[in-house]
Amino acid sequence: MTHPTTCPTPRRTALLATAAAAALLALAPAARAQAPAGTVNLGVAIPAATHGFTGGIVWWANEAKKELEKTHKNLKVTIKTAANAGEQANQLQDLVTANKINALVIFPFESAALTKPVQQVKGKGVYVTVVDRGLTDTSAQDAYVAGDNTAFGKVPADYIAKALGGKGNVVALRGIATTLDNERMDAFNAVMKGYPDIKLLDAKYANWNRDDAFKVMQDYLTRFKQIDAVWAADDDMAVGVLKAIDQAKRTDIKLVFGGAGAKGMVKTLMDGADPRIQANVSYSPKFIYDAIKLTAEARLKGDKLPPTTIIPSVLITKDNAKDFYFPNSPF
Amino acid sequence: MPPEPVSTDKTAPPQGRRGGGSRLHGLGPVLGLALLLVAGTLLNSDFASFDNLMNVLTRTAFIGIIAVGMCFVIISGGIDLSVGSMAALIAGCVILLMNALGEQGLQPVLVVALGMGFALLLGALFGLAHGLLITRGRIEPFIVTLGTLGIFRAYLTYFSNGGAITLDNALSDAYSPVYYAALLGVPVPVWVFVAVAALGGLILNRTAYGRYVQAIGSNEQVARYAAVDVDRIKVLTYVLLGVCVGMATLLYVPRLGSASPTTGLLWELEAIAAVIVGGTALKGGAGSITGTVVGAILLSVISNILNLTSIISVYLNAAVQGFVIIVVAFLQRRRR
Repeated sequence: MTHPTTCPTPRRTALLATAAAAALLALAPAARAQAPAGTVNLGVAIPAATHGFTGGIVWWANEAKKELEKTHKNLKVTIKTAANAGEQANQLQDLVTANKINALVIFPFESAALTKPVQQVKGKGVYVTVVDRGLTDTSAQDAYVAGDNTAFGKVPADYIAKALGGKGNVVALRGIATTLDNERMDAFNAVMKGYPDIKLLDAKYANWNRDDAFKVMQDYLTRFKQIDAVWAADDDMAVGVLKAIDQAKRTDIKLVFGGAGAKGMVKTLMDGADPRIQANVSYSPKFIYDAIKLTAEARLKGDKLPPTTIIPSVLITKDNAKDFYFPNSPF
Repeated sequence: MPPEPVSTDKTAPPQGRRGGGSRLHGLGPVLGLALLLVAGTLLNSDFASFDNLMNVLTRTAFIGIIAVGMCFVIISGGIDLSVGSMAALIAGCVILLMNALGEQGLQPVLVVALGMGFALLLGALFGLAHGLLITRGRIEPFIVTLGTLGIFRAYLTYFSNGGAITLDNALSDAYSPVYYAALLGVPVPVWVFVAVAALGGLILNRTAYGRYVQAIGSNEQVARYAAVDVDRIKVLTYVLLGVCVGMATLLYVPRLGSASPTTGLLWELEAIAAVIVGGTALKGGAGSITGTVVGAILLSVISNILNLTSIISVYLNAAVQGFVIIVVAFLQRRRR
């Protein structure tokens, strides 16, 4: 560390530097406004890769950075991954003060906790696009890009109802108790109302987790002697469901509908490797890629995004599966 | 206020509390489990079916085996918060190794055997590292294992690229009997669980090592003066737990044939809860393997009953588990 005799000079330098930095910071918004038109310094704040889906989010964000920086000379993308809401809020400050971003794409770790921090960023003149998990106050954002959770519940319901010919027993597995999961379940139930002969025997939480899904399915199999279709509501959970069915040697289940288009399931679908896997619904972490691309390209032109962009969740079948197969993605 | 309960827990030598005490101790969890079994049978007639009971016991095997190892660590006055992450990392490493060996064209059965051996070895090594850091490094077990909890899971996330590490199909077929096969109608994991528990009980109650573990947890200074090699005994408890985690993992991998960053999430708390519900004091000194086994089964019976019925709102599942844990612990306290 610093030798005592040389202390005064560095200390003064440090003071000066701090003062200069403070002055720069105060000027920053103004300076940004004067930046040459069409230069975009884009910050991306996303959750860290702790499970398959967020792993995919991180991968797709990096893909977007790679491709967009190659095609646009005056675009810079900075990606930050956070393990919790607090860390993400800190990163937002860093992005503004250290990276001097003028556009932000954020996948909020939590809706309520990140609303104020994002509001502050927007207050400093940064263009804000919020992805998937929304904020509790939408005035903190310029644009919102999300997957279609209603379709995520509706598409499988339609497919299952048709596949069963409007008659049969269905069980469902739910994710983690969140508004997003409620939206999907409500959409599923709304469709099923139109099919009085289809009985939804039960819907239990399996937390988007294979192990939990295995247990929940084992117990469904013990409880219900005749099940025609399973809405697993997620491809990770579908893996556990299939294993539990195989173990119990049950042949009554004709259809297992996962969701989100994980690459393993899409591959199974393409190859027709499992007769119970006939369709899937897209809810790809690729929407972070879309959000970054849309935001960057709009800002480069000085345009704004529409206030809400919904990336549709569509039915994946054997015919179009290859369009949803990304072998390099971790998800 | 009766004077006895104030200090007996910590200072009384384990022998003093054995005779009458431990038999009464066992009653809390057994009573709790019996009540749950009755409730389960009343709520759903399929609950008492052989298949369902085997399902419950098989899924208890992972946590149960880990809990047996955890029981030793807790009796000796330690704790291990990392077992869930450790299991996940071991599962990931074993799958990676087996896939690599499989590509070399080795016999699937040989690959599986090597993978299983690797799981045990890795568990022992992680346990050894914990033990050495705690004894030689003189860091609190809570801190050491809190550190490795993050380290293990982060490495798994890194190896899996945030996604899942999946076992090759041919290997998966060769490996699956380890989880799915049954001997005399009882699934393999249940047999392993029974064997581990029996061995654990034997070591704890019938060997010098077991008595040293209890002595250290009861009063470490006294044990030191009694010429017990405290450090060696402590390191061994962590190695033992590591091996148990390895064993649980080698049973776990063939179930779904994959490891992801959500594998083994919160297993550490389930294992610790099983030990504590089973009547072992968190501060160490005394405890029982039988209690631990009953505790582990009790915890999985609760979630099984909740899955088999739909009287209680699904939002309250975790609350029901919490209530049962507290009630059972309360029954224990009253009988001490």
